[in-house]
Amino acid sequence: MTSQDNMSEEHLPEAAHGHGGGAVVGKDGYFADPGLPPHEHRRTDIDEKAARRAERQVAMWFLLSMVATVAFIASYVIFKPGPTHHVYIWPIGNVAPLNFSLGVTLGVSLFAIGAGAVHWARTLMSDEEHVAERHPIESTPEVREQVFADFRQGAKESGFGRRKLIRNTMIGAMAMVPLSAVVLFRDLGPLPEKKLDTTGWKAGMLLKNMNTGEPIMASDVQVGSLTFAMPADLSEDDDDFQERIAKDALMLVRLQPGDIKDKKSADWGYQGVLAFSKICTHVGCPISLYEQQTHHVLCPCHQSTFDLSDGARVIFGPAGHALPQLQIGVDGTGNLEALNGFTVPVGPGFWERSE
Amino acid sequence: MSTHISDATSGAHEQIGHSEAGVEQKHLGEKSADWVDGRLGVYNLAKANLRKIFPDHWSFMLGEICLYSFIIIILTGVYLTLFFQPSMGEVVYHGSYVPLQGIKMSEAYKSAIDISFDVRGGLLIRQIHHWAAIVFVAAMLVHMMRVFFTGAFRKPREINWLFGFLLLFLGMFDGFMGYSLPDDLLSGTGIRFMEGAILSMPLVGSYVAMFLYGGQFPGNDIIPRFFTIHVLLIPGIMLGLLVAHLILVFYHKHTQFAGPGRTEKNVVGMPLMPVYMAKAGGFFFLVFGVIAFVSAIASVNPIWAYGPYRPDQVSTDAQPDWYMGFSEGLIRIMPGWEIRAWGHTLELGVFIPLVIFGLMFIVIAIYPFLEGWITGDKREHHILDRPRNAPVRTGLGVAWIAEYIILLVGGGNDLFATHLHLSINAITWACRILFFVGPVIAFMVTKRWCMGLQRRDKDKILHGRETGTIKRLPHGEFVEVHAQLPQEELFRLTAHEQNAPAELPAEVDENGVKRKVSAAAKLRAKLSAGYFGPESQIAKPTGEEHAEITSGHGHH
Repeated sequence: MTSQDNMSEEHLPEAAHGHGGGAVVGKDGYFADPGLPPHEHRRTDIDEKAARRAERQVAMWFLLSMVATVAFIASYVIFKPGPTHHVYIWPIGNVAPLNFSLGVTLGVSLFAIGAGAVHWARTLMSDEEHVAERHPIESTPEVREQVFADFRQGAKESGFGRRKLIRNTMIGAMAMVPLSAVVLFRDLGPLPEKKLDTTGWKAGMLLKNMNTGEPIMASDVQVGSLTFAMPADLSEDDDDFQERIAKDALMLVRLQPGDIKDKKSADWGYQGVLAFSKICTHVGCPISLYEQQTHHVLCPCHQSTFDLSDGARVIFGPAGHALPQLQIGVDGTGNLEALNGFTVPVGPGFWERSE
Repeated sequence: MSTHISDATSGAHEQIGHSEAGVEQKHLGEKSADWVDGRLGVYNLAKANLRKIFPDHWSFMLGEICLYSFIIIILTGVYLTLFFQPSMGEVVYHGSYVPLQGIKMSEAYKSAIDISFDVRGGLLIRQIHHWAAIVFVAAMLVHMMRVFFTGAFRKPREINWLFGFLLLFLGMFDGFMGYSLPDDLLSGTGIRFMEGAILSMPLVGSYVAMFLYGGQFPGNDIIPRFFTIHVLLIPGIMLGLLVAHLILVFYHKHTQFAGPGRTEKNVVGMPLMPVYMAKAGGFFFLVFGVIAFVSAIASVNPIWAYGPYRPDQVSTDAQPDWYMGFSEGLIRIMPGWEIRAWGHTLELGVFIPLVIFGLMFIVIAIYPFLEGWITGDKREHHILDRPRNAPVRTGLGVAWIAEYIILLVGGGNDLFATHLHLSINAITWACRILFFVGPVIAFMVTKRWCMGLQRRDKDKILHGRETGTIKRLPHGEFVEVHAQLPQEELFRLTAHEQNAPAELPAEVDENGVKRKVSAAAKLRAKLSAGYFGPESQIAKPTGEEHAEITSGHGHH
């Protein structure tokens, strides 16, 4: 008989649960706590066969872990390390066999222990709920009184409050002694002085192509190209290469002289070849994305955008000021050279920076 | 109490002493336990904790994931230190990875490459270390959300909330330093970003930068210094905080959700030994196993593809690990404000994000104290709130998360632009507007949602649940039959307390003298009305209302 066949009153849910007034109301006017429901047995609690099956399942997990550990050691011995070994595994793609096999076997050997333990707990260990009492975290008034009395007694016996001379000199000594620790940190680094204001560029310094290491002929810089340059006296083998290139890196572009909106910027270039600091004035990323048509450069880190045709002023993004420009000309052989150092600090802004 | 225990113990001693050698094997475990107890007195500790009751709920395992991923990070981290060289000394690479042959790099980068390609299993351990760190911070954030949305941070657990907060904060920074150590092109960009952020600090910025980097950026000191901080200083502090956090969890006893038989004065659940030893101990292996498996199939931070760090080079799509993404968003969506005056530069475009970064954390730390002040509630709370029953708190939490997500999107604006073919300027502007509007919308929607759920609860209590059974009445009308909820459900849905808004004292006292009400008291009353006023909670139904409606059954 299906439920549709029997729609008599007592089979309707409402009837099954009885009508209103069934709820027990507590003293506070809200519903009373019916107390912990009785424990319901699981299959493994009452059926020894089910319990034995669960036991075998747990043991299977632990056995699987053992097998996986053996497989881990075997993988360690069999597969070679290194970047040149690859196998294709669907659907992951190319993987290094050693990393893949070690990871999978380690993963299985660990996961199986966990799965076995959790299955054991869920099927075979008692799931009867217990009730434990809570006690207030705060201490009783008697304990509180005792502690206060003890403290007063101790303070009185020390004479800390009465002997002001001891108290004040001790506070003084304790306050001063950390100064030694502070002083010790002085040699962590040098003082800033003018280090952030200066770069390696000075008048007469040739520009060197970052890729070829050769001086740059002005005529080789084409409209639409972006060339990275560094000072001719700087070499990758120098001890201070990283510190210097962090400030001296340049980018060179060539614009049609008519396209340059900023008069001073045009004057500081050579026949439309302009040299700007490559270091973003926001937080110092090297700027490297150049839009040939608009002469905008974009910093790939935080998207500050500068207009190289207009003195590299900021047109979008979080940078606070324009990219510094290096005044350039050519030497007797037509190679680009600096006519002056940077007149403003390159890179991110800082408190002592003046412009 | 203690004398009683020691009597019992010495009694047990005697018994063993009197028994014959034949039963010695049986008592070997007891003997060693006695040996330990004789020196450490562990029986009192064991008595209180072996059968300690823990309530069960799936969300209570989130904190376990944090603990286990932390242990995994320590284990794999120690292994990595055996091979890693935290040095910025320059070497030329002649190892097994051909694309880097002959390239100058730091020893740190070279040793990280060697761990990846020449140490068997080194790549796996590196990947497990990194994946576990990603999981660690994520689990801490989600665990914190659980504690927040259920009100588990209330008295007496405010200090434990602070410990957890410090763990999250330190964990994030230790993660940042960890992924900076290989000195690859991507992480070097992050270190450069940090220099820029430090330089933006007024007055002290350039000094702090010089001291931290040992001179001009990048110098030769930052990697070895980060190494010491990353493997010793911060993990040491975190280990201490973690132990304190766990001790307090045991000491306070775990919170529980409302339900039949569960009160503020008890804790209902299953004992530590054996159930939670097996479940929680097993869960460690489950977490470790899954992270190992993920590390086998999913590459994270392939440093060999980035190349060594050079300050004049960068790659596109430069993203930090996910947990630093929101700070990246802050810095990206900020307009380039800068004040130049009197020979000084105030780099607001970097400094304001730095301040907001700090504020977003400080609000987390102070929230329990703020809510405690507004409610004026000095009682202990061990029964958890359902998020819907605290609409303002839930709304505030969701507003924070919304802000966080908006900033994550802002931090990946280049990825969104390239993958969704949108204008990066448009995305940035959208994030700028949403930074202010988004959290407000999130708050209002969440609060209304919670109120709706409260109304639904009330409806279910008073009118029963929908059974899906349609009944046709004699006059032809069709009605759906509703079934009354069982007593357990009625109790569970109404077990929460409902606070009344704090009231200001009458403007004049009993003598007709005008009372002075401090601005703080006025603010508190206003906030309290916001939390508990009629706009923020639906009065839960009483037994009387229920009886009234159910007695006239069928006529609702």
